[in-house]
Amino acid sequence: MHIAHFIPLFPFLAFVIDILIGRRLKIASAYIATGACVLSFIFSLKVYQDFSCGAGSYDLGTWLVIAGKPLNFGIIIDPLSIMMLLIVSFIGTFILIYSIGYMHDDPRFSRYFAYISLFMSSMLGLVLADNFILLLIFWEGVGLCSYLLIAFWHERPAAAAAGLKAFVTTRIGDTGFLIGILLLFFTCGTFHFTDLKSVTGPEPLLTIAAILIFMGAMGKSAQFPLHVWLPDAMEGPTAVSALIHAATMVAAGVYLVARCFPLFVAHPIALQTVAVIGGISALMAASMATVNNDIKRVLAYSTISQLGLMMLGLGLGSVSAGTFHLMTHAFFKALLFLCAGSVIHSVGIQDIQKMGGLFSKMKITGTTFCIGTLALAGVPPFAGFWSKDEILLTAWQNHHPVFLILALLTSLLTAFYMARLIFLVLFGTARSQMHPHESPMSMTIPLMVLSIFAFGAGFWGAPIKEGFIEGESHGAGMIMTISTLVSLTGLLTAYLIYVRRITLLPLSVLNSLQGLKTLLINKYYIDEIYDRVLIQPCLRLCRASFDFDSNIVDGLVNAMAFVTQYCSGVIRRSQTGLIQNYLLIQVFGVVLLLIWLLKL
Amino acid sequence: MIPLEYFTLLSAFLFCVGIYGALTRRNVIGILISIELILNAANINLVAFNKYLGTKDALGQIFSLFVIAIAAAASVVGLVLIIAIYRNAKTLFTDGLTLMKD
Amino acid sequence: MIPLLSFIIFLPLAGVLLILITPSHLPKCIRYTATLVTGIVFLLSIYLLINFDTGQSAMQFVEHKPWLVGWNIWYFLGVDGLSLALIFLTSLLGFLACLASWKIEERVKEYFIFYLLLMTGMLGTFLALDLVLFYIFWEVVLIPMYFLIGIWGGPRREYAAVKFFLYTLAGSVLMLIGILSLYFLSQPHTFNILELISRGVDPRWQMILFFAFFVAFAVKVPAFPFHTWLPDAHVEAPTPVSVLLAGVLLKMGGYGIFRICLPMFKIAAVNLAPALAVLAVVNIVYGACVAMAQTDFKKMVAYSSVSHMGFVLLGAAALNATGFNGAILEMFNHGIITGGLFLLVGVVYDRAHTREFSQFGGLSKPMPFYAFCLTFLSLASLGLPGLSGFVGEFMSLAGAFSFYPGLVALSAVGLIVTVGYFLLMIQRVLLGTVNPNCSNLPDMNPLELITIVPLILITLAAGFYPQAVLHYQQTAVEGMVRLFCGGIS
Repeated sequence: MHIAHFIPLFPFLAFVIDILIGRRLKIASAYIATGACVLSFIFSLKVYQDFSCGAGSYDLGTWLVIAGKPLNFGIIIDPLSIMMLLIVSFIGTFILIYSIGYMHDDPRFSRYFAYISLFMSSMLGLVLADNFILLLIFWEGVGLCSYLLIAFWHERPAAAAAGLKAFVTTRIGDTGFLIGILLLFFTCGTFHFTDLKSVTGPEPLLTIAAILIFMGAMGKSAQFPLHVWLPDAMEGPTAVSALIHAATMVAAGVYLVARCFPLFVAHPIALQTVAVIGGISALMAASMATVNNDIKRVLAYSTISQLGLMMLGLGLGSVSAGTFHLMTHAFFKALLFLCAGSVIHSVGIQDIQKMGGLFSKMKITGTTFCIGTLALAGVPPFAGFWSKDEILLTAWQNHHPVFLILALLTSLLTAFYMARLIFLVLFGTARSQMHPHESPMSMTIPLMVLSIFAFGAGFWGAPIKEGFIEGESHGAGMIMTISTLVSLTGLLTAYLIYVRRITLLPLSVLNSLQGLKTLLINKYYIDEIYDRVLIQPCLRLCRASFDFDSNIVDGLVNAMAFVTQYCSGVIRRSQTGLIQNYLLIQVFGVVLLLIWLLKL
Repeated sequence: MIPLEYFTLLSAFLFCVGIYGALTRRNVIGILISIELILNAANINLVAFNKYLGTKDALGQIFSLFVIAIAAAASVVGLVLIIAIYRNAKTLFTDGLTLMKD
Repeated sequence: MIPLLSFIIFLPLAGVLLILITPSHLPKCIRYTATLVTGIVFLLSIYLLINFDTGQSAMQFVEHKPWLVGWNIWYFLGVDGLSLALIFLTSLLGFLACLASWKIEERVKEYFIFYLLLMTGMLGTFLALDLVLFYIFWEVVLIPMYFLIGIWGGPRREYAAVKFFLYTLAGSVLMLIGILSLYFLSQPHTFNILELISRGVDPRWQMILFFAFFVAFAVKVPAFPFHTWLPDAHVEAPTPVSVLLAGVLLKMGGYGIFRICLPMFKIAAVNLAPALAVLAVVNIVYGACVAMAQTDFKKMVAYSSVSHMGFVLLGAAALNATGFNGAILEMFNHGIITGGLFLLVGVVYDRAHTREFSQFGGLSKPMPFYAFCLTFLSLASLGLPGLSGFVGEFMSLAGAFSFYPGLVALSAVGLIVTVGYFLLMIQRVLLGTVNPNCSNLPDMNPLELITIVPLILITLAAGFYPQAVLHYQQTAVEGMVRLFCGGIS
């Protein structure tokens, strides 16, 4: 067995222990989960260290035989999976530490850690899987954990409904994913990622397969039009939002596209689909984030938007840009969510319009929040700047002015809404009665550690880039300048509007923008449209088929029974049940028979 | 020797009486008695024809003895049923015994 | 050699005799006897499983004795990869449902007599290799089932029992005609299933005979539009009977298709496979849609069975190794999972005396173990990868994909609906604020846990390492596929 095989096993063992005897372990259940995660991280580091021997796939044996071909399960070790392993186990460790403080008085404390451990196990398995089926198993595993954790406080109807929505929405994508896998298999006979480099098959089947596989990524990474579940998923505990719905699981879609990149590169239409969907999601989600007033939802929209940027990077043909941004984003978005969690933990509300002036009361949270914001806004030299720059550069180099503008607009909006968020939360004066206090050590230490990475992760891009050879970049300096200027413009605009309270535009223009604002606040009415166009008709169809079933299908059966019974009722009259009647008929019959026989 | 016609006429008369009784009586015991009459009509025929045909092995007599024996058995069963019915339904008239019909 | 298969079949019948002589005022004694007997049957089936030679494609543990010689009817039993899994399933569910039957309080003696008789019928059906014997066992199943639903059932039990009986009987009358036709068509006349398969059936007759048998099996599966007896029977039947109904009786239909319809009428099967696939998808999607509209817990699970059995038909329609493997595996998995779900429905029904979703809510608070079991089995049933439900469905889909990609895509859409109604059920029953009606329901007792835990473990194991189940059926499937070599694949 390869050393990497053990990585997902530790959290799985922690899950088994916590789910079985977690209640008796009390706080120890958290230590077990965290310890398992640390072990996974250490093993991941070891794998990273030993990596010099090169990328490889390590078989575990045959799981199934499909169409005469054995389907072997194994793990894949290459720069991409190692990067994901490190990110997941590292961020997971700190989020688990944070959770000990954040969840300390929850009645289902150990259950929480059990679920998180299961999630860690599935997520680590997901990034190690060397074929589509194993990936799909873990893929659904993380989806399940996401469901369980979103609906963790299920006494709130909204939480239970959000869990359902998340599971069903991602399942829609996964259905496409499953069909895509099958289509790929029956066109070129493989489930294995390592074979993707050399697959050939009839067009347009492979393009369709690639797009269907991308559907799975769309569901998981909450890309338009399957993005609706992620904002609602904020009903879960904030640490969960940080781990699952910001740093790791939602990035699995990006990971999937990166993993199947040879397939996408060979089929330009599929690649363009990725870029277009990514671009739309990036801009759309960013625009929605500018008007939202829920601290977590702003970050959720921001996540969709940033994932869209990653998809855009991939779709423009650069794995390194997409995955680099995945890495930096994991750090600063986890940090931002944990900061938001710390704020919520302290003040107990989520509406940013009611907050304000928290910086002075929560120094550590405030500072780290600002670092995260600067990183996300893409201000040099924070992490987000470098990775976003890669994406912009790719768009520039590949001569996609539309996508370049789209990405720049997104970063403008990003800088704006993030600045709006921290100005409303941290600065100014308190707009409601609050008793803020700094969070406990177990929560602030992860914040500090993550903020170091949110600051510095951009310089760590080198090992990833080595895996994928990049050409000399020209025009890099100009793009950097433009991107910096755009970010600063966004920050400044927010400063002027929300701190200085200056009206930048004439009133008439503002009034005409009201319509746009309503549209944004209502999330482009996408939820309503889905409800009207998809959900309600589907439910009506279900009720109609039940009516059809009980009235027509079963009705026919009962009608047959009724007709039989009715006919019997008619014939039954001859059966009086009086034996003497029968005898009489019998005598008549005998007499008639006699007459006929004797020819009388 | 009494001619065969006398016997057949007697048995025909008995048979008709039996049939009439079985068809018209409403009392279960009456019906049972009527059925016995029918059986006896058959017995007379059997014995008479045996004599008339002049077979040596007296098959007719033997057969009628069988019939008598079985008729006895049948009437025992019938009477038992009648007692059971009477205990349950408190009547012996067929008009009241419509358990299967309703 | 010990006639092991005869022992397995007739042990329950011996149990019936034992119970007959036990006075009816000793219900405990009767319960223990029945449990002991089903337990021994289960152990024997494990013995069978261990001694089964997976490398051999011929029938094993064969018993071949003349019975009605004039008509060339033989007492012919045998087990192969196809029936082995179902025998194990039957004996396992028979044992667990017997434990669940301890809750039956009225007419205990009669209940267990019928119950054991049912066991004999079910086991015999899966082991008989002579058409007459098969038919007899097939009908033997009906009678105890009729009484079990009709006497110990819910408020509309008589309606449901009569409907079940007549519906199945109508189907099997067609089968009887088919059996007689096969007998008189063969030269020399024979009822031997294996011989009929190897000789082949006159192509002119294949189509009509396929229909005759298929209708009988479609009623049992149940395939649309012959499925409406199922929800009624399930809703009215007592819990253990529902378990056997869903877990075993439905599999008799699937088993018949694989044992008789497909191999015996190859040409008809190849010609009708597309129609069968369409029927399968109708089952999957329609069953899921109707299940979505249910407000009765048990009815929802019943309709989900209709949906899941569609995958068995889909795998059968694929006519290749992957599809057959998937379909047979799906039969096994469905038996385990849905059997478990019916047990769980019974658990809350015993406590709350209702099955309406609106009467539940927040059950995960008073009944955490229950919540875990229900969530687990629901997830398995909706085909969560990693649990056993997924493997069967996936293989059926994969098998059918190369011939009917559009239909497969459509049935995958049915899977979305499946996710919808199971999660909606979890949301209504387990999540949310605790409904005052059920705030102090006790959690599952040890007896209930004993009946459900083995099913959960098997679900987990079969999902984790499906080869464990698949390698038993390997040779049987290979043999069946070989018959179709000149055909579709």
